[in-house]
Amino acid sequence: MLYSVKELYRPETLEDALRYLAEYPDARPIAGGTDVLVSMRKKKPEDVRLVGLQNLQELRGIRRREDGVVEIGAYNTFTDLANCPIIAESVPMLRTAALAMGGPQIQNAATIGGNVCNGATSADSAPALFARDAVLVLRSAQGERRVPITEFYDGPGRVKRQSGEILVTIELPPCQADSYGDCYIKFSTRKAMDLALIGCAAACGVAKDGTIAQVGIALGVAAPTPIRAAEAEAFLKGKRLTEDMLEQVGELALATAKPRDSWRASKAYREQIIKTLARRAVRAAYEMAGGAL
Amino acid sequence: MQTIHIKINGKDWTGPVEDGETLVDMIRYRLGLTGTKRGCEVGECGACTVLIDGVPNASCMMLAALADGKSITTIEGLTNEDGSLSPIQQAFVDAAAVQCGYCTPGMILSAYALLQHNPHPTREEIKVALSGNMCRCATYEQVMEAVERASDLLAAAVVSKE
Repeated sequence: MLYSVKELYRPETLEDALRYLAEYPDARPIAGGTDVLVSMRKKKPEDVRLVGLQNLQELRGIRRREDGVVEIGAYNTFTDLANCPIIAESVPMLRTAALAMGGPQIQNAATIGGNVCNGATSADSAPALFARDAVLVLRSAQGERRVPITEFYDGPGRVKRQSGEILVTIELPPCQADSYGDCYIKFSTRKAMDLALIGCAAACGVAKDGTIAQVGIALGVAAPTPIRAAEAEAFLKGKRLTEDMLEQVGELALATAKPRDSWRASKAYREQIIKTLARRAVRAAYEMAGGAL
Repeated sequence: MQTIHIKINGKDWTGPVEDGETLVDMIRYRLGLTGTKRGCEVGECGACTVLIDGVPNASCMMLAALADGKSITTIEGLTNEDGSLSPIQQAFVDAAAVQCGYCTPGMILSAYALLQHNPHPTREEIKVALSGNMCRCATYEQVMEAVERASDLLAAAVVSKE
């Protein structure tokens, strides 16, 4: 396959990449290429300019800062995420999500930054990042912009990345509660090489007395963009989790969702899955944080 | 056009590629290594699998120019210098894990990468490692068996060397 590429620019530094993007605002950044190239097949051939992000060290690495914030460079492949001890320790559900995405070949190429910027509601990284209130750090020739991920998705396949911008880092603020647990559940027909019919993430900070101090619940494919289940979160905050409450969590999560019929699954089926996954994810996160029902 | 430098099956190669050229096309048409197959061309079937710096990648989903500086292994790179088959290739033959053969190079490279870091995988680990390789003839059972045979052959080879 020969893609219609006017120029593939391969900068060595972020500054150089941003300078090129300032000159050619319509140029598309390309990382693993697993979404960008597929999207270029679907469209009528037009000469595009691509900016390869492979050599930008500024986009690499995963660090935990002294203030507890975990910084994930945008150019980390899903394999990088799955192999990173900081991720396994501080946000284990992101490891689960990384291993649930595509298959080994795709995990070895696709990056978390690309997954976010592609804007799909089925993005496997999205529920975990939403539930943890991730903040995106974007850079352009004009400077830096920080956007909560919950405000970044704009519609199916659309995000608020402005032309000339590159997603550099994803920041995860630390959980302030005494103990932390989380869970991501991907519901799909196949275990590999499949998109989520529904994805659900729950992150739970639990106080010593067993009350829920912090909670984030997020759903993928439950609406045109990934969403937070704010009503279910408000209901849980400050309480100790019980079996009866889980029923309510499922209903409230569904109240926030707007699933649709598609050839992959019906609306009614998705609604059932949303309730079930929300209950299971919240329970698992609460229990991982040491809470007992 | 860009000039890139890669290592292909252990040998250095420098040459021109189009900016929009995929790695699979470069491997097949510029290098003449047709063991790497073009299947779905959207990264879903695994027929184009090659190892890039030792890990399986879909060569249809990578622009050749972005492989600049990398070390690439194709199915041809597994064959011994005298043309005889490597243990993993032999295991696929012995287990009759080949029907039409189109998926086989990708299957073998994924299995090879697995055995490099996990010489005694469980069946579940084999399934996960090969989950990105589709076989339309549905030879999956024989493929599982072939990887297990290869694991045994390699273990035996290590013992006999010692």
